[in-house]
Amino acid sequence: MKQKTFLISGFIASLFLAGVVSFYASSHPDGLEKVAGDIGFIETAKDHSNSDGILADYGVKGVDNQRLSTGAAGVIGVLATGAISTAVFALIRRKSGEKK
Amino acid sequence: MHIPDGFIDLPTSAAFAAISAAGVAISIRGAKSSLDEKTAPLAGLTATFIFAVQMLNFPVAAGTSGHLLGAGLAAVLIGPYAATLAITIVLILQALLFADGGLSALGLSIFNMSLVAVWFGYGIFLLVKKFAPKKKISITIAAAIAAFLSVPAAAAGFVLQYAIGANATFSVSAVFTAMIGTHILIGVGEALITFFAVGAVLASRSDLVYGYKNESSKLEIRAN
Repeated sequence: MKQKTFLISGFIASLFLAGVVSFYASSHPDGLEKVAGDIGFIETAKDHSNSDGILADYGVKGVDNQRLSTGAAGVIGVLATGAISTAVFALIRRKSGEKK
Repeated sequence: MHIPDGFIDLPTSAAFAAISAAGVAISIRGAKSSLDEKTAPLAGLTATFIFAVQMLNFPVAAGTSGHLLGAGLAAVLIGPYAATLAITIVLILQALLFADGGLSALGLSIFNMSLVAVWFGYGIFLLVKKFAPKKKISITIAAAIAAFLSVPAAAAGFVLQYAIGANATFSVSAVFTAMIGTHILIGVGEALITFFAVGAVLASRSDLVYGYKNESSKLEIRAN
């Protein structure tokens, strides 16, 4: 498979997973949250300092349709992660001609 | 396993933030030599894929869910240094954009997931690979085993932080038992996702896979 085809396929798969499949994710607490609740130290958790943010808890503020809200948050997250991580790794990587 | 603010006191959080910052700094240097123009884009894609799959919580037991951590997956695909950076980028974006994981707890979460899970997982991967037959499928299986064990390893990192600086007084051994037990279950999901993801990349572009490349590099030199 060509490098470009491979990367685009992976990116589209990521968009699909975060934008569409995420709606079907389990909404139960995750392992840490469940343990914290069962044992009791969940009481010490503080509200997130960005809990009013427009994308807080993987939803777009003001969008009432759950499917749309989660999906849009997922797509925004994939675009942001893709852009930032690709830029960071492009800056870090060995430049052609540099020794290993 | 994103830690909210408040679970662990600020001095402990600050100490782990310092350790994490050092680990990330070392990883930037390490990733510079392990990534080239062909593998750097795969590192970006790996971070992106991990972000996407971390949104997909799967049920593990009554009233509990888990999601991919991605440490074993990333360590095998792009090497442990780049994996540390990939997961750190994901954790920072999740905390800043999605209010997932407290900001004061970011150093704690990076320590558990970007450092402990990645390096422990990578160690397991190398160990299994050493004793497994020299076949492509061995890489996939070694990655899955590494992924499985990396999740309770990250959970143990949290228990350590809890033992040092919890803002609660519940017994450490109770937290240990519950955290490890739950995360062994989540590790099964982690192993399955990692098995299929590493398998898919090996099937399409095995030349890009860090954990496989070292294996075939001798052949490459001869072919050139």
